Amino acid sequence: MTRWVGASVPRKDGIAKATGQARYADDLVFPGMLHGRTVRSTIPRGRVRSVRLDFDPAGFTVVDHRDVPGRNVCDLIEQDQPFLVERDVRHMAEPILLLAHEDRERLLGANVEIEYDAEPPVFDPLKSDGVLKAIDIVKGDVDAAFAAADVIVEGTYRTGHQEHVYIEPNGVVAVPEEDGVVVYGSVQCPFYVIKALKSLLGAHRHIRVVQTETGGGFGGKEEYPSMIAGHAALLALKAGRPVKIIYDRVEDMVATTKRHPSIVRHRTGVTRDGRLVAMDVEVVLDGGAYVTLSPVVLSRGCIHAAGPYRCDHTRIRGRAMFTNTPPNGAFRGFGAPQTEFAVEVHMERIAEALGMDSVTLREINALAPGDSTATGQVMRDDCSARLVLDEAVRRTDFRRKRETCRGTNRAVGLALFYHGAGFTGSGERTLNSKARLDLTERGVRIAVGSTEIGQGTRTMHAQIVAEAMGIPYDAIEVAQPDTSVVADSGPTVASRTCMVVGKILEECALEMRARLGSMSPAEYFAKQGGFSVLKTYEPPDWIEWDEHAYRGDAYATFAWGCDVVELEIDRDTFEVRPIALTAVHEFGRPIHPALAQGQIEGGTAQGMGYALLEQVVMRNGVMANAQLTNYVIPTSLDTPDFDVVMLENPYPGGPFGAKGLGELPMDGPAPAVVNALRSLALDVREIPATPEHLAECASR
Amino acid sequence: MRTAISTLDVRSVTTVRDALAVLRDEERAPIAGATDLFVALNFGTLAPRRFLDIWRIDEMRTIAADGETLVIGALVTYTDLIRSPLIAARLPMLVEASRQVGGPQIQNRGTIGGNIANASPAGDSLPIFAAVDAVVVLRSAAGDRRVGFNEFYTGYRASVRRADELIVAVEIPAVSGRQWFRKVGTRAAQAISKVVIAGVRDGESARVALGSVAPTVVRARQTEQALAAGGSIDEAVDVLRREIVPIDDIRSTADYRRTVSGNLLRRFWTETQ
Amino acid sequence: MRFTLNGEAREATSAPMSRLLDVLREEFGLTGTKEGCGEGECGACTVLVDGDPVCSCLVPLVQVDGAAVQTIEGLGDDHPLQHTFMSEVGAQCGICTPGMIMAALSLGENPSLDDIKVALAGNLCRCTGYAAIYRAIMKVKSA
Repeated sequence: MTRWVGASVPRKDGIAKATGQARYADDLVFPGMLHGRTVRSTIPRGRVRSVRLDFDPAGFTVVDHRDVPGRNVCDLIEQDQPFLVERDVRHMAEPILLLAHEDRERLLGANVEIEYDAEPPVFDPLKSDGVLKAIDIVKGDVDAAFAAADVIVEGTYRTGHQEHVYIEPNGVVAVPEEDGVVVYGSVQCPFYVIKALKSLLGAHRHIRVVQTETGGGFGGKEEYPSMIAGHAALLALKAGRPVKIIYDRVEDMVATTKRHPSIVRHRTGVTRDGRLVAMDVEVVLDGGAYVTLSPVVLSRGCIHAAGPYRCDHTRIRGRAMFTNTPPNGAFRGFGAPQTEFAVEVHMERIAEALGMDSVTLREINALAPGDSTATGQVMRDDCSARLVLDEAVRRTDFRRKRETCRGTNRAVGLALFYHGAGFTGSGERTLNSKARLDLTERGVRIAVGSTEIGQGTRTMHAQIVAEAMGIPYDAIEVAQPDTSVVADSGPTVASRTCMVVGKILEECALEMRARLGSMSPAEYFAKQGGFSVLKTYEPPDWIEWDEHAYRGDAYATFAWGCDVVELEIDRDTFEVRPIALTAVHEFGRPIHPALAQGQIEGGTAQGMGYALLEQVVMRNGVMANAQLTNYVIPTSLDTPDFDVVMLENPYPGGPFGAKGLGELPMDGPAPAVVNALRSLALDVREIPATPEHLAECASR
Repeated sequence: MRTAISTLDVRSVTTVRDALAVLRDEERAPIAGATDLFVALNFGTLAPRRFLDIWRIDEMRTIAADGETLVIGALVTYTDLIRSPLIAARLPMLVEASRQVGGPQIQNRGTIGGNIANASPAGDSLPIFAAVDAVVVLRSAAGDRRVGFNEFYTGYRASVRRADELIVAVEIPAVSGRQWFRKVGTRAAQAISKVVIAGVRDGESARVALGSVAPTVVRARQTEQALAAGGSIDEAVDVLRREIVPIDDIRSTADYRRTVSGNLLRRFWTETQ
Repeated sequence: MRFTLNGEAREATSAPMSRLLDVLREEFGLTGTKEGCGEGECGACTVLVDGDPVCSCLVPLVQVDGAAVQTIEGLGDDHPLQHTFMSEVGAQCGICTPGMIMAALSLGENPSLDDIKVALAGNLCRCTGYAAIYRAIMKVKSA
């Protein structure tokens, strides 16, 4: 029986968000502060021939690549992306020049004339010959296995870009400090930023990164902030004054990362009675003009590409391709929403080809303990594919509902999905994440690099520590993520903040409790003073992963979900109205039920937008509809009522049995929606399933 | 905000008379609820530099019946229309349209005069005024000018309004028959229309107007003739699909607009039987 | 421009065509009202002018001359909606929360779920899927 964990305790954020007191990046003001602006390329590919400043330079700070003290490279996986263009332009809106001025109007009015030598750009990932990353996952002998198939079903499925639309755009303030700089900003990963800044400015410099209250991230503030932070830091160092760079919505949508578009081809062999015997999958992602995180997005996408199903012979070939477009990057789900969309719609088509109930097809093939995934990872008791599927089908009376919808304008659709928690394979071991607990005069302080971006990090970590130590939740404070203060807990991504960092904190708490003995924190502090416990994450020792062969235990555990959506279509306008969505999710167990439900409802709504509304229109290699008027996310009237079921299957490797949750909800809605539309005799194989696309499907 | 605000000049007036005196002597763009103007200012795409703030002209906020004629002041907001018993009684399709404009914040500030003056081909109220043969009341220091709504627009975002004229009201003659309105937006709220259609059916004849399918709002006269001639609805749908000139743009496609316009005409005809 | 701001008579010296949003945030230091889009789509900049919710990014300063403006700061720190937005997790990242609360103030007693959805149709949230926001409002208004 737990006291704090499992309860929807008051959030550690207090009431500041609801009173307007919470301080986001644009709320910060410093004496002598300048505003910063980024001058960006207006061609998708070519070289800069000349840059001419066509304004009165008084009061201006101007920075170009020559002002970089260290390396003009935005340090990530590869070292290919510059902070500022030197000569080669690889995408529209690539940063070339930085300006700062005290007066925002003068700043925005400054005219810069740039001449280019343009070259023909590549926009189609299928026509590009630039491979950013290739991954092959092989299990068994898929070519031979096709011979044993009774029926072969092929299909190609497409997903477009998706823009995060965190309601707070990207923004940072860089302030000169000592011989270096402190950067305050809307960031998910302060330690990614400091690593990039050390490369840009020189490792000997004093650099500090502090996360401000952040108005949404969803992966869009995972790696991108290194770029904007570097820009602000360069300006601040040159000007000797604080510099604030806040993107307006247009710049944010045009210039920052988006979800990778995908083209996924399936060729699947099944027996007449519905068993999957051969799965051949090709995954192509559009990575944009630089590598950024494409290798890991491709990795996760490929690992999930065969779906939560048993198949002895599987081949998944993935390629992330170069195009002359702004680089794509992290976005909640990170490759899995794309490939799980494809496999779940493909399963529906397999059922159609066999004349079989698609639920039955899933029941037959769903992974169970003892089965292995495409990478050969053997499922254990934490595999809940049938658990969530059966509950979703039962709860929604799916088969009967589907029958009664026949011949009407209503439809139900289902999707079964899973999501590996934490970094892939040996990733967590490489990250070597740390967490620290400090005993202070005020109680116990959590000092981790994990960031609160709305999902409830502060609260959930405090619950875990309170429970493990047996002290009141109120006696715990959470340090603001300041790289000079907190431990490097790895990035706040990959659904790892609870399962991985929470686990380290649990270990810290147990050790602190052991040292406190029977004393309370206050008693101990009065007698002995304060101390800290610093621990490093220990991944489960049974994990075996071969990075070269891409085989073995890809994740310590998976979370599981089954979504059933009910919707109605207007046959005259092809508008789709989502009516209700039932989400049955298993993620170990919720630490804070209301926060967990919030993740499921929010992620599902974002998935609904991905399915039906959110279309990035690209023209000349750049987003042409970069306004919230034209790139539409769901309003209150577009969002269905949710019925959320959180099934429990405690995972021993996670704190109090918890797995990762943040991204799982993103994987289900799009295929559930498309599967519903398919039951209306609309052969949809791509998203967003806009009314225009549906009208076109109907006319075929 | 991309426009240099400090370079903008604005004068405020509280009466129509004062407004007209200013417009007679100075070139200024009237600004009311600003729900279109300030968006353009934010994007840096607005040309005018001198403005006349007319938001306080209370005499333009009235909704009244002048016998059979309904008179709506130019500064009446969508919220005012939603709450008006007179509009509910005489022009209920305008209430329906108003509910679908933006959200409450936009409804509280957007005005009928602004919607008409902005002259967007996608303006939600415009097909309604076109379908009921409304009259735009223009006023200048030289006097009044009444222009039939269907003669008001001359081209894409262009009208017969002179720079010294203010739209003060729109007059709607008695509407006999059943009213019908449908907006197809990009989503369920806060949506620009992709197709918007208003219709009035009186017996076997109808007046039909559409937005977002041509450079201006369009009265589908040929379609109306086809309906009045007693042809089948399928024939009228064909006529409509040839009469409108939709385009592909950032929000939708010509094909979709054409298909949906025809479908909605058929639905209008069926539902107003 | 003279107007009442959160119940107090104030005078603004910003340029008359300044956005009310910028006047509030920069001239008066009230940063609780947020800019999410600058085009009246997201509602994060919602304030009340003479009791009506409007997008302050679309209101020129000159038009609030003599008006009563209320921002989230004017609600203090003990309004029931502020408490339920936190307790029901109607606020996750919180950036939309001030605008949501200001828009919700226009709801009367015992609103239906549809009434709430319509009242919030001009406020975008990307974190919650709206459901917890409805729960937060229902907890206060349907008590």
